This record gives sequence, structure tokens and C-alpha cells, in this order.
Amino acid sequence: MKFSRILKNYSGKYGKYLLLCPLAMIGEVAMETTIPMMTANLINEAIPYSRNTGDLSHVLLYGGLMVLMAIASMGFGMLGSYLSSKGAYGFGRNLRQALFERVQTFSFKNIDRFSTASLVTRLTTDVNQIQGTVMMVVRMAVRSPIMLIMALVMALRLQPALVTILAVAIPVLAFAIGLIMKLAFPRFQIMMKKYDALNASVQENLIAIRVVKAFVRARHEKEKFEASADDVTATQRAAEKIVLWNGPIMTILMNASIVAVLYLGGQRIVGGTMLEGDLSAFITYITQILMALMMLSFLFLGFVLSRASIARLSEVLEEQPEIVSPDQPISTVADGSIVFDHVNFSYQGDPNNLVLTDINLRIRSGETVGVIGGTGSAKTTLVSLIPRLYDITSGSLQVGGQDVRKYDIHALRDQVAMVLQKNVLFSGTIKENLRWGDEHATDEEIFAACQAAAADDFIRSFPEGYDTDLGQGGVNVSGGQKQRLCIARALLKKPKIMILDDATSAVDTATDARIRQALRTQMADTTKIIIAQRITSVMDADHILVLDEGKVADYGTHEELMQRSEIYREVYTSQQKGVA
Amino acid sequence: MPPRGPRAIQKPKNAKGTFTRLLGYLKAHRLRLILVSLCILASTLISTTGTYLIKTVVDDYILPLKDQYLAGTSVDFGPFLRFLLMLLLMYVAGAAAQFFYNRMMMMVSTSTLNRLRKEMFDHMEDLPIRYFDQRTHGEIMSRYTNDTDTLREFLSQSFPQAVSSAFSIVFSLFYMVRLNVWMTLLVLALTPLMFFITATIGKKSGANFVAQQKAVGALNGYIEETIEGQRVVQVFCHEEKAKEAFEEKNEAVRVVGTRANTIASMLGPIMNNLGHITYVIVALVGAVLIVNNPEGASLGMLISFLPFTRQFSQPISNLSQQFNIIMQALAGAERIFDLMDEPVEADDGYVTLVRAKKDEQGNIIECQERTGMWAWKHPHKADGSVTYTECKGDVVFENVTFGYVPEKTVLHNISLYARPGEKIAFVGSTGAGKTTITNLINRFYDIQGGKIRYDGINIEKIKKDDLRRSLGMVLQDTHLFTGTVKENIRYGRLDATDEDIVKAAKIANADFFISHLPDGYDTMLTGDGANLSQGQRQLLAIARAAVADPPVLILDEATSSIDTRTEALIEKGMDELMKGRTVFVIAHRLSTVRNSQAIMVLENGVIIERGNHEQLLAQQGKYYQLYTGMFELS
Repeated sequence: MKFSRILKNYSGKYGKYLLLCPLAMIGEVAMETTIPMMTANLINEAIPYSRNTGDLSHVLLYGGLMVLMAIASMGFGMLGSYLSSKGAYGFGRNLRQALFERVQTFSFKNIDRFSTASLVTRLTTDVNQIQGTVMMVVRMAVRSPIMLIMALVMALRLQPALVTILAVAIPVLAFAIGLIMKLAFPRFQIMMKKYDALNASVQENLIAIRVVKAFVRARHEKEKFEASADDVTATQRAAEKIVLWNGPIMTILMNASIVAVLYLGGQRIVGGTMLEGDLSAFITYITQILMALMMLSFLFLGFVLSRASIARLSEVLEEQPEIVSPDQPISTVADGSIVFDHVNFSYQGDPNNLVLTDINLRIRSGETVGVIGGTGSAKTTLVSLIPRLYDITSGSLQVGGQDVRKYDIHALRDQVAMVLQKNVLFSGTIKENLRWGDEHATDEEIFAACQAAAADDFIRSFPEGYDTDLGQGGVNVSGGQKQRLCIARALLKKPKIMILDDATSAVDTATDARIRQALRTQMADTTKIIIAQRITSVMDADHILVLDEGKVADYGTHEELMQRSEIYREVYTSQQKGVA
Repeated sequence: MPPRGPRAIQKPKNAKGTFTRLLGYLKAHRLRLILVSLCILASTLISTTGTYLIKTVVDDYILPLKDQYLAGTSVDFGPFLRFLLMLLLMYVAGAAAQFFYNRMMMMVSTSTLNRLRKEMFDHMEDLPIRYFDQRTHGEIMSRYTNDTDTLREFLSQSFPQAVSSAFSIVFSLFYMVRLNVWMTLLVLALTPLMFFITATIGKKSGANFVAQQKAVGALNGYIEETIEGQRVVQVFCHEEKAKEAFEEKNEAVRVVGTRANTIASMLGPIMNNLGHITYVIVALVGAVLIVNNPEGASLGMLISFLPFTRQFSQPISNLSQQFNIIMQALAGAERIFDLMDEPVEADDGYVTLVRAKKDEQGNIIECQERTGMWAWKHPHKADGSVTYTECKGDVVFENVTFGYVPEKTVLHNISLYARPGEKIAFVGSTGAGKTTITNLINRFYDIQGGKIRYDGINIEKIKKDDLRRSLGMVLQDTHLFTGTVKENIRYGRLDATDEDIVKAAKIANADFFISHLPDGYDTMLTGDGANLSQGQRQLLAIARAAVADPPVLILDEATSSIDTRTEALIEKGMDELMKGRTVFVIAHRLSTVRNSQAIMVLENGVIIERGNHEQLLAQQGKYYQLYTGMFELS
């Protein structure tokens, strides 16, 4: 996406501020370029006049005009500040909102493609970068060229011949700036990469500080960090070394131009074709012209720097959500029955690289199905297909007698509650978190769900009970407590299908049993799918699915499987060994 | 102490102290900084003198030449040209000085930042675990990002600009006084107004920036949390709610951001145009002076004087704009110094771990080579003698009491012992204090009461690094580092050979999946090992502990994400790993702990049962309930 497109698409109602700002800037420039002319008149005409006549009226006139212009210029400048801030921050808000809303439409597959950290950077740093560029653009993109033109016109009116100096100065400056940028830009990119690596290593150390300490590797980490810090410093120096030339080159060009003006202008004054006061006015115009050029180069640099940000944002904005509701969606799920019919699945959609192969299952509404299988046997993948977190590659998958792709996604997911393996709670109180399941839930319903999830006791043991603040990411509760809260949250949805993906791994066996007991009695009509490592968590299920490398190895009751499934028996004995 | 604002995050609490301390860092570059100052001095002197010399050009060259021209005598532009060339040469020298000071300042700022970063990281690595518990990662990270960035801006830009502005003011004043004392006084009289306006706006924008910072913090926190939990948001169809909540915070940022930025960016046009107004006032007064007192003030003087009002007001507005950056940089520096002032993990230990062997008499002696035997080297202050105790892994807790916060005791009067080579298991519900016990053995936290002895030595006497080196840990949350699989396993022992690594991976049963990775042992792991499953990461963590080959192993839910079949497969490896070592095991899965010599059942920080599997079953207590609980359903 281009800068102009992004600006057009997301300025929305703040567009008028962005459009008005250049007008204010033009007003400011008009004043700024007229003031030197006034100064010249004051010096050339008014002051000699009052010296000769003792009459101050001309001085007062020009002085008064200048003060008025300064005040007007100040007004325009302040207005420009307001308009550009209002416009740019409004634009930033819209852009951020659009990005966030786009992320909300992402399916799991879309999320897999971007890492969490990169999405966060895009929503924060990149948006700020573009917002800053927009602010600079509306202030400078019109202001600088106008300044250039007006100063040029004024200079031409004063002394057309002297303007030839610019014919030398401008190309030299443009060439120098261009060269500096061309050399500096790739170096800055390298520096940014090193800088990212440095920050990543700090972050890693923060996350894994216990490992570092447990293995007494502080010195090792320090050495790694030092190498990384030296890298940043070296690349930073390489880049800044180039940019350093900017200032001195500008100084030399500016002053050389001034000297040239003094020489050529001096000759003219001697010849009587120019007045002394014009000299300083002319110098001011030359300065303004070169400064405007410099500003344009900064603007250009800003564009170039924001290009990377825009590219990153475009990736998100143009990412098509993989999974959307169909045109005429079914909005109610009849019951909790599930049918897998020759289902194949691959994350890449590649039939040669299947994660799940030829899955055939018929689960009746209200049944409890356990899922057992080794690490990497695609248990989580299998259940993720039911609420359509991923779309199957081939075959058919039905929930409540209808193909999952025919449902309105929200309607389907409202009826399929899933407690994820990697689950999260959000900042806010326990109650607020539980209401995610049902925002209109009464306190009684919440208590009941927590009792079923064996969470009520520990919640009440907190001084503030259900109003305990969880902190960001639910840091204030232990792993097992978090899992139970997550189960309670899912229970509140009163779904037709409930999926527990290793949701009690950090809960002790007795509590685990209590939770399952509650599920069985209180959610008799709900289809329950339980993925577990512990065989005890599934052995009382109506059916147990044994998955092996993405295929159904067996399906049956505990007794049946004990008789015929070798894998199942192996798992069982590995867990029951030593029991008398 | 200056009075403190109630919530002035942007303002440093102790600007003077922080500044002095920052100067301490700059001391190493004393020579460079002197040169920098000299170059800035030269460069500003040249630019102000340049303005002054325009008067000379007009008065001493152009006007006499004009008179000559008007008088009809021949006009020689030679001296004029020579003077201008001299002027040009001077300007080139000024630019060279500017280049040199920028270049040197760049070196000073980059190496100062380099040093600060390293010192900060160095210090951070030595901070106690408690420090990390109490802060979010973002909070600590911002010291490496935002705070160092503002400091860089300060050192490379604001600092030289401030110095140059100060010099400019002085030189302009000097030339102004030379031109006319009374008009100089007039300019000086107008200056407080500029300062007043700057200060008022500065204060206002400062307060608004604090508000902005807060709103942005809230928004970023929300973004981070929601994106982190994006999958949960989807599963619960919470997208609309999330959008609403986001919009609210987003709008807040827009409102306060617009306000803060408007005020801050108004400063430029205001100061600039105040400069124009000063200029006019000076011109008016000058004209009045000329009219009333032609001897005291000449037209030429006024023409030369006027540019100086701008030369004088510009650096003042410049300084005022730098002020906010300087304050922010000092606030950032203060946060960096705060981190550096945090007390590091205290370590009064003097007993060290050394390689050892037995001599012919059976005495333990220290040696350099790898023997597989380790000893505690215990120097005795009283008589200067040194004794050696073999490191066997004998751990004893005597009435240990501990709480993460003093008010809340987590462990009450815990006593336990582990004989060398024994496997000790902790069983109990979440929050019972199992992990806490292991955190005390390796002294992540210090106990409040009682004693912990390791091979008979109070662990407080053992140097922390040596203590931890003797303990191999597989932690509940597996953390891997950016690097190859090989490097991650080698983390356990930096001098491990490739063979050692493969051997350790085989023990952990990780060799199979590693050899199926795209680049085998050289596969790069990124972002905390995100491209591996939880179970695979645990296998790597076990291999990492295996390669360390420590006398004591602590396995905290080390196999919780590994399915029981794989666990059964690695059991042989684990048995081998545990052989001859003292092992502390924490597990929910009772099958993992069954063959332990002693099982401790913890509840609310108290050991309620202890014994081996059979004894505990016979007791028919809590363990029995837990264990048989597995069968009540079948």
C-alpha cells in the first residue's frame, strides 16, 4: 500500500484537519517570507526617513505591519500545530482501530502466520511511526515547497541576477543529501536489526532468568549481551558517521552562498543597482530556500523510513481472514452431535503433508469422548476443527447435522466451548473474566459454574473473593487455579459441545475427578470431548479415541480398548505400573 | 531536595544527582569533551562573528567602494574579494569544527550508551529473582529501549545544542554590547518574557505528556494482552467486546495525544514570532534613538545590531525546546540508575565446589582433571585450614519457614532429609508449596527460619554459583534460548562435546525428534523455542540438565507435557540419569513418583505424610486417597 492510499483510507473524519493544516502553513509561510521584505523596507526606507525628518510615522507603519504579521504568523503557526496534531492523532487512531479490528477477524491460521510480538509492534511502534510521518507531511509537504517558491519569488523581485547563486547551491545540496541518504539508509537498516536482536536478548533473559540462575550462566549471558551491544554500537557508528556530514555540508553551502551574495550584491550596491537593506533580506531568503530544501530531504527520509512500517501494516490490513461465515448462515446449532467423514487436514492445505488422515467418527449428542495419543499425534488439531478454528482440507465435518462451514461462525463457536491447552486469563477481576462465558450471567450462575470447576473454594479463600484482580495475563493465580477458572469460564457458555484440551494437566487427580463428575451430572446433554494425558481422565468416557500420528488407531470403550488396542494398553500400564 | 510533583513520571526526582552521576560516565571522555567544547566554541564564535563581520563588509568595503564609484575614482574590488575569501575560509573552518564536534560527540554518546547498556545488563543478571517477580517485563525492557533512546538523543543532539546555544547567547551579547549598550539592555529586558512563556508552555505540555504516557501505556498493555490471548478471544466470540474496549482506550490516546502534541508544537511558532516582535521593538527604539540622538546611535550600528536580536533570541528558544528533552533524558537516566542501584543477590558464601579425587590414603584432595567427583572446599577462618567434604547430595531441611512476603508464610516448619542417591518426591495440590521447596534449595529465595544443610554444610555458607552448579534443574516452565538445538543443550555445560550432547539427548529420548528437525542438532530455535511443541521443549530441558551432570537433580513437573508413552520410553534414560544422584521430583502424575524412596505429601505448606509408596498406601491417608481416587471411577 502506498502512503497516500493509507492516508486517504484512514484519515476519515479527521481528513479535514489534515487538509486544512497545509492552508494554515501557507499562511505562516506567506508571513515568514514577507517579514524579511518588511525588514528591508524598514532599513532602506523608514529608518533613514525618520533620521532625516525626525518623523517616526514610517517606522511605526512598517514596525506595526511587521508586528501584525508576526502575530498573524504566530496564529497560523499555532493553528497549524492544532490542526496537524488533531489530524495526525485522529488518523493514527483510525489506523490503529482498523488494524485491531482486522486482527479480530483473523482465524487461527492467520494468527499462526504472524507472531504475537510482531503484531504488537505493528499496532504500536509502526502506527506511531506513520502517525509521526503524517504530522510532518501535513506540516512540511506543502510548507517547504511553498516556502521555496515564495522565497524564490521574493529573491527574484529583489535581485534576479543574484538568484543564479542558487543554480549552483541547490544541485550541490541535493546531490550531497541524496548521496548521504543512499549510503546511510542501508546502514540504518542493519543497525535496526542489531538493535532488535539486542532487545530480544534482554527479553529472553527476563523470561528465562530462572534458567540462567539455575545453570549459573550469568557470565555467559553477559558475554553474549556484550557482543550484541558492541554490534549495535559498531553499526550505529557506521550509520551515523555518514549522516554527520549533513550539518557541515549545509553550513558550508549556506555560508558560501552568503559570501557570494555579499560579493555580487556588494558590486551591485557599489554600482547603485541595489540597496544595503536588500542585502540582509536576500541573505534571509537564501537561508530560507536552503532550509526548505533541507526540510524536504528530511521529509523524504521520513517517507523512506515509514515505508518499512507501511509495508508491515499493509501485510496485516491486506491479510484475508481464512475463515468467514457463509452468505446465508445457519444461526442455530441443533444438538451436540459431531460427524467426521473422511476428514483430512493439513496446516498448509497440502494433501501430501497431512496432519490428520482419513478421520471417521460419529459422536452422538451428549456423549463423553476421551482422546488419548502421544505427543504430536494431532489431538489438539482434531478438536480445533470442530469450532472451525481451522478448515478441513478434504472430507466433511458436521456439527448438529450440518456442515460446520454452513454456520454463522459466532453461532457455531457459541455452542462449542473450548478450553485451550495454552489458555489465558485477562486483567480484571475473576468475575469479569468468568463473564467472558456469558456476560449476563447472574452471580448464582457464576458460583455454580465455579463449584462445578472446583474453583469456588479457592476463589473464596482470596481476601476479595470473586472480585480479586487477576493482573495482566492472570499472573496472580497458580497454573492449576488458572485452568479451573478457564473451565468455569467455558461452563458459563452452557454450550452444546464442550472441549477440554488437556485442561486439567496442572490440577491434581482428585480435583480432576471431581470436575469430571460435575460435568457428567450437570451437563448431561452436552457433548464432552476430553483430551488428556492421564488415562484416568478418560477411562470413564462413553468412547475413547486413540489417535496415533494423525490417524484413528482405535475407538471404543475402556474395556474394548484394553482388549484390542495395544497402544492403549501400553499407555494404561505405563500409568498403572506398581499398583497392586 | 527540590519539591516533587505528585505523579510527575517524566520529571526526574533528583535531576541534580542524576546529572552529576551521568557526568561521571562522561568523565572517561574528558579529553574528547574538552575538544568538543572547544570545537563548539569555535563554531559558534565563527557564526556570530560572521554576522558581525557583515557590518564590516558593508561599512568598510561596500560603502567606501560606493563612495569611490560615485566620486568617479577607479574602483578596486581586490581587497573586498580577499576579505570575503578570508570570511569564506573562516566559515569552512567553522564547518570543520562543527563536523569534528558532531563526530566526537557521536563517539562519546555511542560508547557511553554502550557502557550503560552493558553495566545495566551486568547488574540485572545479578539481581535476585524477587526483583523480577515484582516487575513486568515491559517495565524492565523500557529501560533498554525508551530510556536509552532519550538518553541517546540527549547526548548526541541536545547536549551539543545546549552548549552551542549557551555560547551563542554569550557571543551575541558580547557583540551587542560592543554595538550599543542601551539597546542591549532593551533586548535583555525583553528576554524574561520569552522565558516566562516558555516555562508556562513547558509546564503545561509536561503535564500533558505525562497524561499521554499513561494513556499510551494503558493502550499498549491492552494490545499486548488481547493479541496474546487472541485465540481465547476467538473461541469465546469476544471480538466485538474487544473492539469496543480497544476503541475506548484508543480514543483516550487520541484525545490526550492531540492535546499534548498541540501545546508542545506551538512552542516553535510562538518563540519564532516573538523573535520577530523583539526585532521590531528594537528597530523602533533604535529609530527613536537615531532621531533624538544622532551622535549616540548611527544607522550602520542599527543595521548591524538588528540581526543580533535574532542571533540572541534563537538560541533562547532553542534552549527552551531542549529543556523538555533534557528533563526526559534525565528521568530516563534516573530509571536506569535505579535499576543499577538495586541491591544484587547477596552472597556471603565462602565454601566452593571443586573437582576432587581420593589419594592413596583415601583423603579427598583437590584436582584439575575431570574425575566425576566433586568436593566442597571449606576454608576455616579461625585457623586458616581448609577441609574438603565430598559433594554427595545429602540435603536436610530443619524446621524451615518461608514466605514470599513476610506477612504470608508459605512453608511452615518443614523438616525433611534426602540421603545421597535417593529420589524424593513432593506430591500435593497446586499451591501447596512444592516448587517453593526447590526454590529454597538453590537459594532463589532465602528462608526466614530454620536451616538447610547440604552435605552437612549450611547452604548459606556455600557460594551461590557453586551451590547452583551442583544442582541440575528442570523447571516447570521450559525456557529455551535463541540459538541452535545443540547450543541449547550445551547450556547445561559449556564445554560439553558434541558426543556428550548427543548422549544427553538420547537419555532424554530427544535424539529421535531432533534428528527429524530440518537441520538436526543445528536447527535454529527462535522466540523461546516456539517452533517446538511443549513436550519436545521439555525433552530438551531434560537433555540440558543431563549434560550438566550434577550430583543433585531437581525435576519440577519435568514431564508434565510429555505423554505417558513417551515418558515410559524415557524412563530408562531417566533412571540412568538419576542413578547415583539425589533427585527431587515434583509431579502431579503419581506414576512419575511411585518409585521414589520417600514421598512427601504437602498441604498448605505443611508436610502431612511421608514414606514410600507402599507405606503411604498402608497409612490410608491423603496419598491413599489421591492414589485410589484414580480408581473410584473405573
